[in-house]
Amino acid sequence: MYNLEFENTIMFLNYTIALSDLGTLSNMGVFSLIIINKAGGLIYQREFQAGLRKLSTNDYLVLAGTFHGVHAITRSITPKIPSVQPPSPATSSPSTTTPAASHSYPNPGVPVTGLDYLETDKFRLTCFQTLTGTKFLLFTDPLTGNVDTIVQKIYELYADFVMKNPFYQIEMPVRCEAFDRHLGAWLRGRT
Amino acid sequence: MAAPPRHATMLSISNGDKPAQTQAQSQQGTLPQSPGLRVPSNRKTIYDRHLNRSRNAESSRASFAFLFGEMVTYAQRRVTGIQDLEKRLNEQGYPLGLRLLDLLFYRSTSTSSSALSSSSTSSSPPNRPLRIITLLHLIHGPLWRLLFGRAADALEHSVSPDTPNEYMITDNDPLVNTYISVPREMSMLNCAAFVAGIIEGVCDGCGFETKVSAHNQPTDLWPSRTVFLVRFGDAVMEREKVLERSGVK
Repeated sequence: MYNLEFENTIMFLNYTIALSDLGTLSNMGVFSLIIINKAGGLIYQREFQAGLRKLSTNDYLVLAGTFHGVHAITRSITPKIPSVQPPSPATSSPSTTTPAASHSYPNPGVPVTGLDYLETDKFRLTCFQTLTGTKFLLFTDPLTGNVDTIVQKIYELYADFVMKNPFYQIEMPVRCEAFDRHLGAWLRGRT
Repeated sequence: MAAPPRHATMLSISNGDKPAQTQAQSQQGTLPQSPGLRVPSNRKTIYDRHLNRSRNAESSRASFAFLFGEMVTYAQRRVTGIQDLEKRLNEQGYPLGLRLLDLLFYRSTSTSSSALSSSSTSSSPPNRPLRIITLLHLIHGPLWRLLFGRAADALEHSVSPDTPNEYMITDNDPLVNTYISVPREMSMLNCAAFVAGIIEGVCDGCGFETKVSAHNQPTDLWPSRTVFLVRFGDAVMEREKVLERSGVK
């Protein structure tokens, strides 16, 4: 038991050394958030740490549009595998095999997603797409754990403070003070 | 409050050759076809239920948020300004206040005097407030608990001698504003004008002529803190003096 704890400490030390390379020792490692609407337009962009390199507003729009396209391409190139035709019972005619059903996705129960995450040495980009096509891009430190939980919570805050706000026009840029406030408070509370 | 007139026009349009009454009766006989009111198959409408049935029932906060959001959007159509919008929200709340008052009295008497209900003379005294303070306590406590599940946060009297008819009820975090972020160009707007309308309805129902408005008073801790300014009419203040002299509580 004691030994295990000791190992954890060592690992933690390694983490802090790796993080200190970044210049800022991040508390939880969420760098920034981008929300893209279903048409590929940027509707929200916010940074959570000081000292990040800034892009111009235009570049952010280009980044959102580009990512939207890349995401669509990655989804459409998902490989299909030839499905093994189950031996049909003798009652139905065995000769008529529909060509459309001869290829299927490896895991038919799971819907096809596009790019889920992209990782570099210095950051990890997690993409979460809602059922309606809105995309949340979260830039985190590659060592940050539980990114899915963070994204889920952000989605929840979005559903609460953006979608329930009568002054928000759907698909338009998000300017909801309560969303900003709660998002900031929650991320700060996690550190 | 658009439903009754709409229903009336539909009736007047549809009575081609029959008199309206027989038309209505024949419609009642075949209720499922009537376009306005939908009746469940067992003929038990919401009006057939006991009033206390939903006493401790709670409704979903999310569905209320969506409903209220749509009410704000509806009120925003063809609106000329922020004051007009607040007036419309106020008007939406007003009839609710009038009705809530009766429900509140019904429930408070039926619970507090359930043991005494057999004899009408010994039952609880009339609990309709006669004085301003009792009325405001009714709003601050029981009404707020009925609506929001908790009491309001503060009740104050105006300190200025010029405006003795002004009272303030404070809610640190109004439920109706939880999910609403007002755009910067409309920063004066407070959607709790709807609640102000409810308060106005309650006061009017009690016979206190009032104007109620909602105002933003944010603090660092409570960014959506709202003050409801209750302004009683001159007649009310006059009566209040008479009641004070005669010692009515």
